[in-house]
Amino acid sequence: MKNIWRIEICKKGVNPEAEVLKHSIREFGIKGLKDLQIIYIYYLQADLSEKEVYKITQQYIYDPVSEDSKILRLEDSKIERKRNSIEVIYRPGVMDPTAENVMTALADLGYQDCQVRTAKQYIFSGQLTQKQIKNIAENLLYNPLVQETLRDSKILRLEDSKIKKTDVQVQYIDIINKTTSELMDISKSRLLALNAKEMQVIQKYYQKLGRNPTDIELETFAQTWSEHCKHKTFSTDITFKDGKKKQVIKGLLKSYIKKVTQELDRKWCLSVFEDNSGVVEFDHKYGISFKVETHNHPSALEPYGGAATGIGGVIRDCLGTGLGAKPIMNTDVFCFAPPDMPKHKVPKGVLAPKRIIKGVVAGVRDYGNRMGIPTASGAVYFNEGFVANPLVYCGTVGIIPRNKINKKIVNGDLIVLIGGRTGRDGIHGVTFASLELDGESKHVSSGAVQIGNPIEEKKVTDLMLDARDQNLFNATTDCGGGGLSSAIGELGKTGAVVKLEKVPLKYAGLSYTEIWISEAQERMILFVPKKKLTAFLKLSKMHNVETSVIGEVNFSNRLILKYYGKKVGDIDMRFLHDGLPKKEMNAEQTQTAETIHAKNGKRKTSTDYNQTILKLLSSYNIASKEWVVRQYDFEVQGKTSIKPFVGKKNNGPSDACVIKPIADSNKAVVISCGVCPQYQKDAYWMAASAIDEAVRNIVAVGGDPDKTAVLDNFCWGNPEKPEILAGLVKACQACYDIGKVYGTPFISGKDSLYNEYKSIEGETLSIPSTLLISAVSIIPDINKTITMDFKRPDELIYLIGKMPLSLRGSKSDRSNLRGLPHSLQSFAMTAEEILKFNPRLSIKIFRALHRAIKSGLVSACHDLSEGGLAIALAEMCFAGGIGAEVFLKNTTEAQRHREKTRKDSVSSETLCLDGESVLLFSESNTRFLVSVPKEHKSRFESLMKNVPYTEIGKTILSDRMKIYGVKGKSIVNLELKKMEKVWSNSLSSAMQ
Amino acid sequence: MIRVASLFTAGTNCDEETMLAFEMAGAKSERVHLNLLKKNRRLLEKYQILAIPGGFTYGDYISAGKILANELQYILEHSITEFIQAGKLIIGICNGFQVLVKAGILPGFSQKQSVTLDVNDSNRFECRWVYLKANPKSPCVFTKDIDMMPVPVAHAEGKFVVDSEKTLKKIKKNNQDVFTYVNQKGGKAQYPDNPNGSIEDIAGICDSTGRIFGLMPHPERASSIYQYPDWFMSKHMQEPIGLKVFKNAVKYAQKNL
Repeated sequence: MKNIWRIEICKKGVNPEAEVLKHSIREFGIKGLKDLQIIYIYYLQADLSEKEVYKITQQYIYDPVSEDSKILRLEDSKIERKRNSIEVIYRPGVMDPTAENVMTALADLGYQDCQVRTAKQYIFSGQLTQKQIKNIAENLLYNPLVQETLRDSKILRLEDSKIKKTDVQVQYIDIINKTTSELMDISKSRLLALNAKEMQVIQKYYQKLGRNPTDIELETFAQTWSEHCKHKTFSTDITFKDGKKKQVIKGLLKSYIKKVTQELDRKWCLSVFEDNSGVVEFDHKYGISFKVETHNHPSALEPYGGAATGIGGVIRDCLGTGLGAKPIMNTDVFCFAPPDMPKHKVPKGVLAPKRIIKGVVAGVRDYGNRMGIPTASGAVYFNEGFVANPLVYCGTVGIIPRNKINKKIVNGDLIVLIGGRTGRDGIHGVTFASLELDGESKHVSSGAVQIGNPIEEKKVTDLMLDARDQNLFNATTDCGGGGLSSAIGELGKTGAVVKLEKVPLKYAGLSYTEIWISEAQERMILFVPKKKLTAFLKLSKMHNVETSVIGEVNFSNRLILKYYGKKVGDIDMRFLHDGLPKKEMNAEQTQTAETIHAKNGKRKTSTDYNQTILKLLSSYNIASKEWVVRQYDFEVQGKTSIKPFVGKKNNGPSDACVIKPIADSNKAVVISCGVCPQYQKDAYWMAASAIDEAVRNIVAVGGDPDKTAVLDNFCWGNPEKPEILAGLVKACQACYDIGKVYGTPFISGKDSLYNEYKSIEGETLSIPSTLLISAVSIIPDINKTITMDFKRPDELIYLIGKMPLSLRGSKSDRSNLRGLPHSLQSFAMTAEEILKFNPRLSIKIFRALHRAIKSGLVSACHDLSEGGLAIALAEMCFAGGIGAEVFLKNTTEAQRHREKTRKDSVSSETLCLDGESVLLFSESNTRFLVSVPKEHKSRFESLMKNVPYTEIGKTILSDRMKIYGVKGKSIVNLELKKMEKVWSNSLSSAMQ
Repeated sequence: MIRVASLFTAGTNCDEETMLAFEMAGAKSERVHLNLLKKNRRLLEKYQILAIPGGFTYGDYISAGKILANELQYILEHSITEFIQAGKLIIGICNGFQVLVKAGILPGFSQKQSVTLDVNDSNRFECRWVYLKANPKSPCVFTKDIDMMPVPVAHAEGKFVVDSEKTLKKIKKNNQDVFTYVNQKGGKAQYPDNPNGSIEDIAGICDSTGRIFGLMPHPERASSIYQYPDWFMSKHMQEPIGLKVFKNAVKYAQKNL
């Protein structure tokens, strides 16, 4: 029996982690806490003397300047577990990255057989009851899905990594003689998420073979045919009823999304929809890859691990593109419930919004920063509808040599598995993603929740890029959802033999099926030619990456799975990939979208616009996201040229991010996004607005709308509900219509459906349907890009785009209106107008503005989004430290003039133009504010002559933003510092 | 030609930009994997400058830079000591600075670790541009002719702490306190100008010879104009100040090594 050592580390002075936690505990409502001490514990199971443990502690574990340490032997010293303390540890089998890295370090020193686990002990002082401590622990200290609190003897079970050969018993599942309802019982009890029709097809196939499937075969079907892998909803036939019209749509992807790309046929699209990312041309040597994924379900249950493994997964998509793209940037977009959502509104069984926000941000931060990839673009959106299902979108942009974009399948190549070891983690992740969450999800799906180990993935990245450049492999893909079963099933479509016992395991006791479907993180599959294996192994040794040959590719069309010599699975690849029965789905538009015109535009609203602007600036959807963004290393790699924050004090919110990936080339990549879940009334215009916003942001920094590609990420509720599916259909139609006119091909996409939560009371909560559009464009010369901050006083300010007709839906959401004057709230509530725009006019605006920016005529440009003109102007002012004087009268006069001369079709609705609120706060699409140096006035105006624009004022040498109303009266006069302060502090102080 | 070894191991992630900065400064820069150094202890001999770039070596899960520090101290002890004794230059940036400090190489009063880089007061990773002021009396060869320098920081453990008043006194007496955080006007820094709570606002130190230098901020991310947040306002900047750090090193090496 090996000794178990307990090494305790304690901070010498003030511990910032304890300070932050103390604050959270008090804020949580628990008084009486006097002090809190955190002890960091390492349990070490090894055949070592006390002297050796002391040496290890000195050398590896503790910092003599800032920490104290204490070493205890577990057997002979009873650990004092004080009543006022609690100790939290990762559950056995869950990735403990700290322990993992200590073990690697110890192995390097020659201590091969050490087992390590880490824990944290929290010691409370003050007057707390046991119940309060339990309450603190459950709400702030640990997540029972991945962690547990330690009771005395439990620690003795440190897992033994030695693999014992077990007797192989091949398991057959009796399906050929079962009734349909029995088949469904099998599907349910084994978490296969296969429906009756699918089970029947499998049954028929095996009846023909005259045998039952083995468990591993059945699982392979479940994984391969899962929504996650096959995107059934997007490829199936849908009968769509819209009022009296009825049509059959032959696959959403084919009929709308891919169709745009096909019809546009852009020759700068190098790889679309067929690989792990889409790839566009950068220059004659390189392509830029881009992929965005979601990781919603895991993040709802375990925010930190869920978000981290989400970013980890999409980075592997980047590595699995072609022969490996090098990650150069991460993007993240989150939809959360507001951090201060009242407790009574949070459904039982759901984590508090603030805990989810903190966990998700920390997860993305710890993974992205450790990988050395700048997280430099994204958005955060707050709405109470996301309380049970937060949305976590993670994206990775990569750069890839053009001659490495294609994979090659060669008969006889070895199937090589690299990276992390395989454990029980993540089993049934993909089938879990196709089920609704409910209060019980925690119990059935804990295997689907994981913690990541970014350093493992960093080593894998280093190895892969080196091996790619030395031409050591012919094909690669990532192990993501479905684990080996999807990776090998997909890449080795032509046929393969896999020896499952060759897969290195974290601990003994996994069955062959578990090995096959485990979604353990940080693993990649490579197809290596036999004669290059030695070179590959040498390289992986240098990078300290574990590498195993686990099989061989062939052209037999059969997938043969073996375990210690015994055949456990034998599947026809053609049936596996083409046998999936078509689903039939129905969509029905129940209510035709109502169009409420802004008839209330004339209503008297609060005239204290100063207050309104300050309130809006502090509302979470508008306020600075600095608290989130500064936790990301958005500068690493040294290529971020337009950063998330711009302007004099680096605090202005940039519209898009620009990176300059090649040192000696002035070409740049611009990345942006658009997401408008606030606009739920009509999915068509919600999707259209998201595309407009993404392209608008590209144009605002100087990107070319005609060289912009987009990605779609749908997060929807349960598509089996016809009205929910109808929204999805409409959104796809918008993708086609708008994409076609804008000329923006879709190059990649992903969907996450079934985002619903069944509360303990039985109520079903569906998320607001949300489409994220991410956009990428290549800028030939970085010197032609601009930022949103005003640069100099005495420059002209123009409003570009059509006059607003109304306040748009967004502010109708009460949660966004936190603290708005009541009069304005009710105004916004009633002034909902379906936000339509004419894409043909929009693209003309984009092109004209792009020409003006490219010609160097524009010194600052900001798109109008949340909060409209007033907020865009405020941000441009305080970011540049330059005041402005703006006259709303100009806009109405210009509009009237335009109508008189051109009989503009909107004339019947122009009444509302007098509403100053509308002019100030409307969020209608395709609009920008720009500043233009006076000397460029005539050239600028001549470039803009065919699109709507108005000169509305000028920048001034002042620390104030001044706006004059339609009658010329001063209606806004605000100090820049004051605006900046409320904008900067709102979210940061809510998250403290 | 001056040759720079950019030390690389699991979790190193600022190697490319650091190498690029040295290339722009006129040196030849190579990525050298720690495992190659372990195999060939004489590998370092052909280099004049050793750079330990930023990153999260081995994940920094225990204490930032600790594991690599030990590898330098115990496994590569001989090659590193020889390198230092030959009068060659070492720069550690961010994680590299943490490594140098934990290996006892900086401030270099004894083999023992006497200072550290602790968790930021904010308990968070923070990425932002800050201003540094160089100590004009410092013997540091990397900061010659540098006065103020805008530069980004990006770390969670950068709070400079000493084991005793004596250590601090000695650092200051020898002018080993190379860089301090200041505000935009060059005055005393408050948070966030001092982003981590470092004592005496210390951002970087050198050894008593000035040839070994470590700092938390990233001069390699301030070495080309397009890295500056306001580059479109100051396109005519003659030379990015961050690059000077690398040029000074190369110039020194050309003259003396």
